[in-house]
Amino acid sequence: MITVNENLCKGCNLCTEFCPRQVYEQTDKLNKKGVHVPVPVNEEKCKKCGLCALMCPDQAIKVDEKDEE
Amino acid sequence: MDKAGESPFMKYLRKDRLPTIFCAGCGNGIAMNTFFKGMEMAEIDFENLILVSGIGCSSRIPGYVECDSLHTTHGRPISFATGIKLANPQHDVAVFSGDGDAAAIGGNHLIHAARRNINITVICINNSIYGMTGGQISPTSPRGSYGTTAPYGALERPFSLSDLVTAAGGTYVARWTTAHPLQLSNAIKKGFLNKGFSFIEVISQCPTYYGRKNRMKSPIEMLKWMKESSILKRKADKMEESELEGKIIVGEFQKKEELEFTDKLCKLLEEQCVTGKPAAVRSAYQGD
Repeated sequence: MITVNENLCKGCNLCTEFCPRQVYEQTDKLNKKGVHVPVPVNEEKCKKCGLCALMCPDQAIKVDEKDEE
Repeated sequence: MDKAGESPFMKYLRKDRLPTIFCAGCGNGIAMNTFFKGMEMAEIDFENLILVSGIGCSSRIPGYVECDSLHTTHGRPISFATGIKLANPQHDVAVFSGDGDAAAIGGNHLIHAARRNINITVICINNSIYGMTGGQISPTSPRGSYGTTAPYGALERPFSLSDLVTAAGGTYVARWTTAHPLQLSNAIKKGFLNKGFSFIEVISQCPTYYGRKNRMKSPIEMLKWMKESSILKRKADKMEESELEGKIIVGEFQKKEELEFTDKLCKLLEEQCVTGKPAAVRSAYQGD
């Protein structure tokens, strides 16, 4: 499961661009600072490589190792 | 937000200070993540770590990390780190420094720490511009790049910091960009494990100043540029200098073994001490 912390995200969109499987997409969803927060729309494509969590400059992304039901 | 949805690196950060002061898409955050990852890979005890920094955007990183840290005068973090390491050789000391801090004002401290081969890890976040003060040209700005003080493009040759430290005698020297986070964390791991002066140069993006002045307004464009123009050291060694104009040479520049300075000093003290107990070094926190 992917969580994007809206309070920390600054909307640089590095995750939308550098995810090797295009899991994230830029949407019209705004956080309280008026930043377009990326949403993991194609979450089923995710292979949990963790590159997005490593590339996120604001430590906003968490990728769970296992899917919890 | 609950603990379950937190980034894996959140446990090292001072949460009350977040979000960071850095601009959207700044490379300092990526360098911070890769530092934690490299630290985990090297199995460094976080309680045993001391971070030192000088002045600059990148030097604000230790303020966000929940460990012992020192925010020092401009250009002098390596000198302070040398003092910490000599007084407490059992601690792991890392320095976060920018290009202005390490190359411009603190250039001498950098080369002399490398010459001395003292066991500290220096992470130099090189964004090729003075980002904090308004986009002036720094010693590492590529030739022809634009800045506030170079409206017609920089005329000088840039400093290759990794080559400088290699020549000065650093025992582990590597350069990667923020577009190579895995290789970068591996290099930081090797820097921590290396007993001696380790220098890791992180070519980073400054979308606010470097990007805006050089037609790369977004962090994505900057990272793409870094990925495309970087070339491995092994490959670059076989190429002509004219072909390498405008390229970023990445990879390991030096990896060698040499006697370390604190070891040498401790040995000398033990040999020369007449009272039977060396007093100057390792005495501050041992309660003796």
